[in-house]
Amino acid sequence: MKFTRRDTLAMGAGAAVATFMPMQAFADANDEAVMAFTGDADIMDEGVELTAPEIAENGNTVPISVSAPGAVSILILATGNPAPRVIEFSFGPLAGAQSASTRCRLAGTQDIVALAKMADGSIKRATSIVKVTIGGCGG
Amino acid sequence: MADNVKPRVRVPRSAVAGEAFEIKTLISHKMESGQRKDSDGNPIPRSIINHFSCDFNGENVMQAMLEGAISTNPYFQFEAVIQESGTFTFTWLDDDGSEYTDSKDITVG
Repeated sequence: MKFTRRDTLAMGAGAAVATFMPMQAFADANDEAVMAFTGDADIMDEGVELTAPEIAENGNTVPISVSAPGAVSILILATGNPAPRVIEFSFGPLAGAQSASTRCRLAGTQDIVALAKMADGSIKRATSIVKVTIGGCGG
Repeated sequence: MADNVKPRVRVPRSAVAGEAFEIKTLISHKMESGQRKDSDGNPIPRSIINHFSCDFNGENVMQAMLEGAISTNPYFQFEAVIQESGTFTFTWLDDDGSEYTDSKDITVG
């Protein structure tokens, strides 16, 4: 079989599309998770404090804590995980502060996003990048 | 019901009315994420604790919806503020339908 220049280009483009497809699927899952939580409210990048380690040696237990004064609920997303949703906290009338800590699994180096829904329906966001040495999704 | 599920909770014995204090909870659970595969390449079905809630005298302090990305032995740390003595109840719901609970008394002095 003989490859013309045009064939080669077409194959190259096909390979590139195939490579980027999974990334695209991840992005869609993230957008869906964000939309389901925020609705059509505007997102402001302030008012949320997300604490995560800069480097996590073990992706199986990464300590994260989040604090958003005045929030009704807080959603944490791991944008590079096969399923982006990590946890959703909701605070009741007896919460001492709108803050909580837990431990999560991260598949690899990625951005962690915290979205806080305020009592008036507005959404606030914080993002933090975590470098993961050993991923936590198992093989 | 998953084996050896044991909730542990740390709440102070006494508190000052209107002042926030810290609560820590830990429950032993394997939290199988549903992403892993066994040695034959078959996916291992998800088996996690999917919901946690903390209430005081019937009023909610906080609740959480857990996903597969929460680590083995889910741990939480959060704050509560109360006005009178009473009992904290903690509830964890498992994917398989079982419910684990723990409770702690606290006095406001």
